[in-house]
Amino acid sequence: MAQQKEKPRVGVFVCHCGINIGGFVNVPQVVRYARTLPNVVHAEENIYTCSAEGIASIKEAIKEHDLNRVVVASCTPRTHEPLFRGACADAGLNPYLFELANIREHCSWVHMREPDKATEKAKDLVRMAVARVSLLEPQEEPEIDVMPTALVIGGGISGMTSALCLAGQGFKVYLVERKPELGGMLKKIYRLYPTGEEASRVIGDYVNAVMGHKNIVVLTSANIKDVKGYIGNFEVTVLKEGEEIKLKIGTIIVATGAIEFKPVGLYGYGRYDRVLTQVELEEILKGGKSAIDKRFFKLQRVVMIQCVGSREERPPRAYCSRICCMVAIKNAMIIKEWYPDSDVYVVYQDMQTYGKEYEEYHRRAREAGIRFVSYTKGSPPEVTALPNGRLKVVVYHALLGIRRELDCDLVVLSTPLIPYEDAKELSKMLKVPLGQDGFFFEAHVKLRPIDFATDGIYVCGTAHSPKDVGESVSQALGVASRAAIPMAVKRLRAEAITSVVDESLCSGCGTCIRICPYGAIQKDERGIAKVIEVMCKGCGTCGASCPERAISMRHFKDEQIIAQIHAILRRVAA
Amino acid sequence: MGEKASVLVIGGGIAGIQASLDLAGRGFQVYLLEESPTIGGRMAQLDKTFPTMDCSICILAPKMMECYRHPNIKLLTYCELKEVKGIVGDFNVKVLQKPRYVDEVKCTGCGVCAEHCPIEVPNEFDMALGIRKAIYMPMPQAVPRCMTIDKENCIKCGLCAKVCRAGAVDLQQQPKEMDLNVGAIIIATGFDQYDPREIVEYGYKRYENVLTALEFERWICASGPVGGHLIRPADGIIPKRIAFIQCVGSRGLKFGSPFCSSVCCMYATKEALIIKMHAPDVQVYIFYNELRAFGKGFQEFVNRARNEYEVKYIRGRPGEIKEDPKKSLTIWYDDTFTREIKSLTDVDLVVLCPALIPREGNKRLAEIIGVELDEYGFFKVKHPLFAPVDTTIPGVFVCGYCQSPKDIPDSVAQASAAAARAAEMLAQVRR
Repeated sequence: MAQQKEKPRVGVFVCHCGINIGGFVNVPQVVRYARTLPNVVHAEENIYTCSAEGIASIKEAIKEHDLNRVVVASCTPRTHEPLFRGACADAGLNPYLFELANIREHCSWVHMREPDKATEKAKDLVRMAVARVSLLEPQEEPEIDVMPTALVIGGGISGMTSALCLAGQGFKVYLVERKPELGGMLKKIYRLYPTGEEASRVIGDYVNAVMGHKNIVVLTSANIKDVKGYIGNFEVTVLKEGEEIKLKIGTIIVATGAIEFKPVGLYGYGRYDRVLTQVELEEILKGGKSAIDKRFFKLQRVVMIQCVGSREERPPRAYCSRICCMVAIKNAMIIKEWYPDSDVYVVYQDMQTYGKEYEEYHRRAREAGIRFVSYTKGSPPEVTALPNGRLKVVVYHALLGIRRELDCDLVVLSTPLIPYEDAKELSKMLKVPLGQDGFFFEAHVKLRPIDFATDGIYVCGTAHSPKDVGESVSQALGVASRAAIPMAVKRLRAEAITSVVDESLCSGCGTCIRICPYGAIQKDERGIAKVIEVMCKGCGTCGASCPERAISMRHFKDEQIIAQIHAILRRVAA
Repeated sequence: MGEKASVLVIGGGIAGIQASLDLAGRGFQVYLLEESPTIGGRMAQLDKTFPTMDCSICILAPKMMECYRHPNIKLLTYCELKEVKGIVGDFNVKVLQKPRYVDEVKCTGCGVCAEHCPIEVPNEFDMALGIRKAIYMPMPQAVPRCMTIDKENCIKCGLCAKVCRAGAVDLQQQPKEMDLNVGAIIIATGFDQYDPREIVEYGYKRYENVLTALEFERWICASGPVGGHLIRPADGIIPKRIAFIQCVGSRGLKFGSPFCSSVCCMYATKEALIIKMHAPDVQVYIFYNELRAFGKGFQEFVNRARNEYEVKYIRGRPGEIKEDPKKSLTIWYDDTFTREIKSLTDVDLVVLCPALIPREGNKRLAEIIGVELDEYGFFKVKHPLFAPVDTTIPGVFVCGYCQSPKDIPDSVAQASAAAARAAEMLAQVRR
């Protein structure tokens, strides 16, 4: 680190972002101002600094003006910092000698009605960035070896699909399932929509393929007990029948699935024997017509009620469970097929028969004589028992404007898939978040739907949100690509921005060790705090809590931040 | 390790981009073929995305640039697939590079040529609502950042060549054929929009204040034809009342396609929110048949639109739209909850949400590659549940909307799925 400090030569690139910035901030004025700042030797404006032309312009300027620091004043580092850092690196500059001034989200977008003040604020932000960039130091990203072994948590259709695809690509896979057998939710299901296949047959084929694959080790009746480490080098403890198994793992896939909501207290569920959930119905259907006859004698009329416990006003079950409309159609058609003289009603709010096939599926059901009755949230159906043991459903048909009273033999409630209660524990162990609905929460809803923000951990299937088999399989194959990338590359670059302990100041109090959310700090043999760099995410919690001020953050040193504060105070003082 | 295995990805939208990045990231050589002058696809045309309201191009552009910068990705923009022969692990592919009449290496994309070009034509990227020149770049974030001359409209005046400081204009450029050998092929051709002119009652193209949803995305976008100002197309008046109509040519047996496009309820809700963010006082109505908010966080998004932004959802299919002399519109509709024929008057702007349909070009592509299409023109898969990205030919995979209607996250996840299957198959073929 004892490099001789060269004098900073800063280049500033101010982006118009089309009219996103340029429409409100006087960009040429900001550029002229930037040229007056200390250490700035070059400043220019770009229509889009992120365009190929803008990037080329940064690279050229680094060479032409011998720049050793770069500031881009544009948008958020969240989306664009890697791009601009990459441009610096391409031009031979350490990518950490770069700073973004966010004059869009922090300025032009929020001050659209005050262009003059917005321009002044943009200048302030640029001045702060220049002050900071001048003090930045080059950083190196440590390299990590990646163990080409994946852990798949959950042995349902998603987990088995991921395991098979990764194994097929040549990676070793541990598949951990807490139940004694593989198969997951589909083991409870009779037939699949829209193809009508028997789930048990399909699952049987999958289980055989998984059990027979030389690259897959299956651990059933097994639970994850502990997860340590980081991408490429996880140490996972699995508890199987009282025995602890330690695994060294490169990437982790969460495919833990979901369960159906049990609507206790709704529509007589739990009170009347003839009120079932769809999954409970499936389990009876698996026994064939005789199982139905045995339990209900004969089905003359069946009523299915949609959105039971889902699409509520408030979380956690404000969501639509996506699959229930098709599940109801499927089971309604099976009943109609077995009992052609029966009436089958589906009482719904909005039929979610989306996509290519399900609209047609819905149409087929109507042709088969399934009756669809629309209700609104404000006037839900009511279920009561009749003296003869049958049930009565009263529903206001919202489209026809009439009240219907339906005596029936069976009421089937379509309830949402909900996350497992212990998803919370797994989320804590893996240090990945859950959303307000309790499902695992991905890195970015739009463009990183199956990654977690934590590197090396991925999510698929109904652990992510309710979805059908085809969608679960798509995601399961998807994570088999995402997880394969680091394992195929074998070596990765880790975060450079980590915390550093000044050993001469550390008193060994252990505060940082207790507080670190990533378990990245340990005591060494002298009792002094030591940061495991590849595990450190650079969050700064330890630095803020250290009573001796012995911990600093690379790239966010006190002097660098104080320089920024001085820069902003300069105008306030003046 | 032998020679680096390679994959051809057809279609440079978000699905093709994601599949390319996944494969390139793990060391495959990727050829990303796109028929238009830039990658980016439909997502690049959108203003914002639901339910996070991210600026669409802002989250997409870094990925487009990543494709451009990636050492393992070769972009083949403005290219056509000509021929595919061979089998999995060994496809011989012929690609035709259409002439841009601009040297991709020399062009800096400065745009001076376009300033001088005297020919103005409707800009396809802006759904023909704005104009571009005969030498043009479809959008500011185009990748590659290179001008293209559209020969149909060019009058060969030579002004562009004269003013180009880089000497990049080359009017003598010829079509060029390229031969590639790839192990696998991924198809990701996306969608087209149904043309609602067929539904005469809605007056599309007859009434100036009736737009389609994709047109509206460009209209309201800051980089669009009117700089993102919320005005009426007919006269620039600031609208007070805007209505969206769902299922225009979708879920229909009479017009368009029988299937549901899966995304319209949500993007209409998003566009309604964009309007409310531009002008909180505008009244927004969404005419729907069944509100389909089945994805993660979607119902919550609709609740927000309904409760916080007071977007009005009306269950009913409009029968007819009438224009008055001031170009305002009246929507006659059947309110299916009250069973009354009603009208909504003084509507300044109607946004039709048309069916999103498979691309016309899929037929030609299917013939060249030898894969099958289904009755609607989507690429057929081996099994809708258990082999959702495998086409009818081994080594050829499919992802995104061209497989079946889906939104961006589902397309992205499926693009990774196609990449995984391609990698898996190549691992087995090469063993």
